Amino acid sequence: MQQTERQISLKAAVIEAIAEEFRRDPETFYIGEDVGVAEGIFKQTQGLHAEFGDRRVIDTPISEAGMFGLTVGAAVAGMRPIVEIMFSDFLTLVMDQLVNHAAKIHYLSGGGFRVPLVLRTAIGVGGVLGSTHSQTLYAWPAHVPGLKLAAPSTPADAKGLMTAAIRDDNPVLYFEDRMTYNLKGPVPEGEHIVELGVADIKRKGSDVTLIAFSRMVHVALEAADALAAKGISAEVVDPRSIVPLDTETLIDSVARTGRAVVIDGGHELYGIGAEVAATVAEGAFDYLDAPVMRIGAPHNPVPCSKPLEAMMVPSADQVVAKVERMYG
Amino acid sequence: MIDSVQALAIFESMLLIRRFEETVIDLWATVETESHRHVYIGQEAVGATIMELLREDDLILTTHRNHGHVLARGADPGRALAEILGRANGFNKGRGGSAGLTVREAGFLATTGQVGGGIGLGIGAAQAQKIRGRGGICVTFFGDGGLEEGIGFEAMNIAALYRLPVLLVCENNSVGVTTGRAQNEWSSSSMAAETLGDIPRALGIATEVVAGESVTDVHEAASRLIGDLREGRAPAFIEMRTRRWPGSRSFNPQLVTGVTNLDDIWEPVSVTGEYSDWINRYDPVIGYGRDLFRQGRVSRSEIVAMNERVGRTVEAAREFALASPLPSAESGLAGTFA
Repeated sequence: MQQTERQISLKAAVIEAIAEEFRRDPETFYIGEDVGVAEGIFKQTQGLHAEFGDRRVIDTPISEAGMFGLTVGAAVAGMRPIVEIMFSDFLTLVMDQLVNHAAKIHYLSGGGFRVPLVLRTAIGVGGVLGSTHSQTLYAWPAHVPGLKLAAPSTPADAKGLMTAAIRDDNPVLYFEDRMTYNLKGPVPEGEHIVELGVADIKRKGSDVTLIAFSRMVHVALEAADALAAKGISAEVVDPRSIVPLDTETLIDSVARTGRAVVIDGGHELYGIGAEVAATVAEGAFDYLDAPVMRIGAPHNPVPCSKPLEAMMVPSADQVVAKVERMYG
Repeated sequence: MIDSVQALAIFESMLLIRRFEETVIDLWATVETESHRHVYIGQEAVGATIMELLREDDLILTTHRNHGHVLARGADPGRALAEILGRANGFNKGRGGSAGLTVREAGFLATTGQVGGGIGLGIGAAQAQKIRGRGGICVTFFGDGGLEEGIGFEAMNIAALYRLPVLLVCENNSVGVTTGRAQNEWSSSSMAAETLGDIPRALGIATEVVAGESVTDVHEAASRLIGDLREGRAPAFIEMRTRRWPGSRSFNPQLVTGVTNLDDIWEPVSVTGEYSDWINRYDPVIGYGRDLFRQGRVSRSEIVAMNERVGRTVEAAREFALASPLPSAESGLAGTFA
């Protein structure tokens, strides 16, 4: 008889991963703005301060560069800090510490130094937060050698990726689409690890591969349902990590289906969708029945007003339309 | 008063740095003419004295001007010089070079050429020391230009709020503190503040200004502040004012003051020429040598013997570095991730 798995939210799954690792490793701490008693602006640190106290759940001034510098320094000194940058929009404020220090210290030292930290940040459009609290800027750090990037789509992956990120000896940027925070799903209790760089096939299919990141996985699944009604069998692949990218699983899927659409919540131009599309186009060229397509956000800042911001989010209808174009 | 054993150790460390940097300049004139290097001539008293005051478990942040710090902390001069020359046997396999030289086993947390960047990293090291609670501290060295970037403000504010055990050592090697560009020199610091210490002082950080060419003054202030840090009175800021060495150029330092002549210690009247004022008043090696010699704590023959010993060390380092192969191009592809 199959056991009913408990269902918890993606946000709760992330917190659970952090709490479990904090109990296991006393050299971990969490630092950010309003993450302590206030428990985060989205309650994304709920319970952590109550359990681990001021010394391990630390509120900072509004000083992203300073707190991130602290995080990098503590990591090189041997701790395993998690730093929260409230929105990925604010990565702009930590770029020097991220690009010129965190990413390079291990390599430039000749291997003697390690930078085991997690940068946790929110991405995604929704809730009418406007142009500087809605961006999905993971393409920027993805370009910098030395940084790993994870972007979960489900609560179980969120827990497993966070656990892997904390234990990783490299700087890992962990992107959560805040519109998925309350998404519920089955999550294993106790230790659960999703290795960085391992994609997951969220739905099997044979006619077209939909490669989607984070919240866009759910858009892809919705599109797959609609395509099924039209007699097209779509496979949905979730890379789960942006760096390292599981190219093998992606290419293998596209080689089987012969068609691919990459769906990314960030801006389409010069985005990770372009990188993934190029990767599968090169790797599965002999099997392609159509050019690899991309869908991302349009090339304008995220506007605030509700109907304006809605057009920034790729939709299942857009995915279906792209796939139908492949069939001419 | 610094005890004589410690005083001589500091002096020998300063002399090692001086001879090492003279060799670096010579090698760049003869062997490796590319890249950039930032030598520590004129600032030896700061690094040599502070390193003498640190414990093994203390952590250190340094900058592009790191050679003196690395040597004073006891790192192998051969592997340091090999790194500066981009060789495979360098401490960092040639990846860091002169401006990125760093030595984990000597307590260096990182070396960064982002002039204010280390101030940010240093508070993290101090946070780790505080959490571990074993009395270790972090010393962050940076230049006067490091305060011109924004992160120094954020990091000092956080350090003050959290009472982090970090000693901020601002090595102001410029001629004028707030005068902008000194005549015929590279740009000096450009701060609107009256003195650099006004900035940390506004955040409630204990602040001192010290004559950085004086071992005695550096020792007095640094030993007191380091003691404060270990007892929880933290953080602290010292501005170490040194007079810019006349040969200083970022890309092409010139040994305009010549190879340091230790006769200048016991024969002060023999110092002549365009740079005699710098040598007589601001050269920390000559200055401290004179102090120790006049106090009768070291004899001329002891200094000569020390110079020969240091000379042999630097010559061995030079031979090691030059014998070290350049790294293969393929070796650079490995190790992006831990």
